[in-house]
Amino acid sequence: MLEVCGITQIFGGVTALADVSFRINQGDITGVIGPNGAGKTTLFNIITGIYTQTSGRVLFEEKDISGLPPEKLARLAMVRTFQNIELFGGMTVHENVMVGMQTKSSSGLLACALKMPWSIVEERRIREASLKWLEFTGITDLADVTAGNLPFGKGRLLEIARALAVEPRIILMDEPAAGLNSQETVALAQLIKRIRDLGITVVLVEHDMELVMDICDRIVVLNLGRKLAEGTPREIQDNSDVIAAYLGDDD
Amino acid sequence: MQFDQILQYALSGFSTGAIYALIGIGFSIIYNATGIINFAQGEFVMLGGLLTLTCLDLLQLPLWAAIPCAVAVSTVAGLLFERLAIRPLRQPTPINLVIITIGGSILIRGLAMLLWGKDTHAIPAFSGDDPIAIGGATILPQHLWILAITVVIIAINKFYFYHTISGKAMRACSYNRRAAGLVGIDVRRMVLFSFMISSAMGAVAGIIVAPLTMTAYDVGVMLGLKGFCAAIIGGMSSGIATVVGGLLLGVLESLGAGLISSGYKDAIAFIILLLILFIRPQGLFGKADSERV
Repeated sequence: MLEVCGITQIFGGVTALADVSFRINQGDITGVIGPNGAGKTTLFNIITGIYTQTSGRVLFEEKDISGLPPEKLARLAMVRTFQNIELFGGMTVHENVMVGMQTKSSSGLLACALKMPWSIVEERRIREASLKWLEFTGITDLADVTAGNLPFGKGRLLEIARALAVEPRIILMDEPAAGLNSQETVALAQLIKRIRDLGITVVLVEHDMELVMDICDRIVVLNLGRKLAEGTPREIQDNSDVIAAYLGDDD
Repeated sequence: MQFDQILQYALSGFSTGAIYALIGIGFSIIYNATGIINFAQGEFVMLGGLLTLTCLDLLQLPLWAAIPCAVAVSTVAGLLFERLAIRPLRQPTPINLVIITIGGSILIRGLAMLLWGKDTHAIPAFSGDDPIAIGGATILPQHLWILAITVVIIAINKFYFYHTISGKAMRACSYNRRAAGLVGIDVRRMVLFSFMISSAMGAVAGIIVAPLTMTAYDVGVMLGLKGFCAAIIGGMSSGIATVVGGLLLGVLESLGAGLISSGYKDAIAFIILLLILFIRPQGLFGKADSERV
């Protein structure tokens, strides 16, 4: 599904990532974990086209997507969410999700400008179709609220709803549980499982170990820019290198 | 002071204000899509008027055909401006972009001077010059044209931004460009589109005002600044606030010119601009921006 081959990223003199490779299987929830500064977010930014790596390749469905900008990736059905949620603050919750569906809109820009009546039909279709995602994430009652006024937890749900509206085959989430209370985190875990049940591959960077161990099918551990380990949650929990990296080594 | 006289000033102020509103919305659309103030906006107003003239005189087109033709050519000019001057910029910091638009405006004005000369030109009024009496005041049919066309354009604009998916995508870019890219919106295309819409609106403003005020290669400077002023009063909104800003400016200017001295006409606009920038930089109706974390 998604393959990271020998990614190296050097910022100035600092090597943020050194020759990191792994493969993400279709339909899995994969967690990328590691201590602070391990390079998790950098890796995410490379995969999703925000940074361009110093060397290495990213393959998505066998296709080399290295260096493609985020809007191209979205059209290839790869989306991401951010640790600090990024919404269209002045638009309503419903409109945010509708904008997520615009890549699926068959009326191009010019067509839209020239054929107003036709695009009304399009707008209505998208307005209705987008309700499904509000429902899926449980924020239907907030549809007409301005996104900028949402509490943080709801904002996160909206960001996920909008990402799903793009109809991705893979969704990457950067610390989805950050800033959520324990109740919201439990709900998030359920939501992520339901996203996988839709057949969407999920990759997440997360610090909340309980969440990661609970929902992930596979885990990749990074430490100091290198891949330390890879395996099922049980394998990772028993891995002595991982324990050493998190808790410190004796020598 | 007689009521009739005030009514007269207010009415003519209204139609000039409508022009300012159209130009101001052009500023806001580009500002919202890109975060830059396009100081070349006034030049598209000038192009609208002068291109109509060319279509009428040189191509011998009737007025109803000359106007869309001039708007289309101005829109293409806006497209080229974005492609050739804005997009190639290596480091698109706001200050660089603003300087580029000022340079672009000087260039366009210079080319216009070479093409059309330094003379002022007249465009015939759309439907005659017979004054219409309203109360004790009179207005020209062209004033009605200006108001009607402005209302229609603003309505189309509003509809586009709020009720079509492509308009929503453009608004999305103005709120959060990063997130817009993330959901698959081609932000650069939206920027191009914003320049096209703005130059078309500017051109329309230039065409409908030309029968009243004449047109020349340098009318864009003052009209552009007045439009900018309207947009500032409206807090750079591309909606009703800028329209109110434009109308307010037009009426105050006209009252000031009539009641105090016509020599102060332009000064009034800039005094208002400065007052707004000092006292309410968020615009007359805007809420103060609060930083979100």
